Amino acid sequence: MSFWDSFVIGAPIHLGSHLFVAEDIIRFAEKYDPQVFHLDPEAAKNSVLGGLCASGWHTAAACMRLNVEYRYDRFKEWVEAGNPAPRIGPSPGFKNMRWPRPVYAGDTVTFTQTVVDKRISASRAGWGILSFTTLGVNQDGVEVFAFDGAAFQGTD
Amino acid sequence: MTRSYEDFEDGLEILLGPTTAEREEMIAFAAEFDPQPFHLDDAAGGANELVGSLTASGWHTCAMLMRMMADGFLLDSTAQGSPGVDFVNWRAPVRPGDRLTGTARVLSRRLSARRPTLGITKIGVTLENQDGVTVLESEYTLLLLTREGAAA
Repeated sequence: MSFWDSFVIGAPIHLGSHLFVAEDIIRFAEKYDPQVFHLDPEAAKNSVLGGLCASGWHTAAACMRLNVEYRYDRFKEWVEAGNPAPRIGPSPGFKNMRWPRPVYAGDTVTFTQTVVDKRISASRAGWGILSFTTLGVNQDGVEVFAFDGAAFQGTD
Repeated sequence: MTRSYEDFEDGLEILLGPTTAEREEMIAFAAEFDPQPFHLDDAAGGANELVGSLTASGWHTCAMLMRMMADGFLLDSTAQGSPGVDFVNWRAPVRPGDRLTGTARVLSRRLSARRPTLGITKIGVTLENQDGVTVLESEYTLLLLTREGAAA
């Protein structure tokens, strides 16, 4: 079996959880998304979102961190089991990113990923594209994040 | 003047940037959020046949675009956030020192049926590097208050 074959369509993968603390939310916002509801706890209370909450891109980035840790841990286990090192590639993009509810300071979001499709790349010999859907749910079980992603993965 | 929903007419184009993808910032972002070797290290980037050199995390490019849009029009508008993004295509790698410019275009718009002082606009965005190569394409939904909604 190849590393490519080890990805099973439909099997949910628990990527882990991330606690969004106010300091991190503000630090991200100062650099990348200085809208008042991501930046100023007092002013955020009077904003449409009702309190300090993470930039949607901060949520996506925190999810990516957990995704990378998961994928490279799996990579490491694969190599340590005596298999050749798989080739990991970049992503061509994503679709349908949704932020249905805000991620507020103090929220913990748990991310889950499910491979929904695998196909061999027509243009890149030896590479395939894994398609997956990713969900983020807060500590109250409320969905706060979702998207459909894809990534290049060597097929050997 | 603060732009409200009424100002985001179909076809309106707003220029974004320029901004430079700074090497240190790219690596710092990758170290925190996307620590894949080809985002952290020149040798690993060069060795990866699909990227060919150190490249920015696509999420960093999205974050940079967000800042370009904030500075370009969002902060001086009645924007009420976004419920989501239809798609982002990372068309070409962003490399250290790349100078990015962009265009945000109003593709369509309508008023919310439930809340007539809230406008729902569809925005299309492209980012190009200094060589005119498109590095990112996206479409997303932006919520904006009408003038009446902002005055309420």
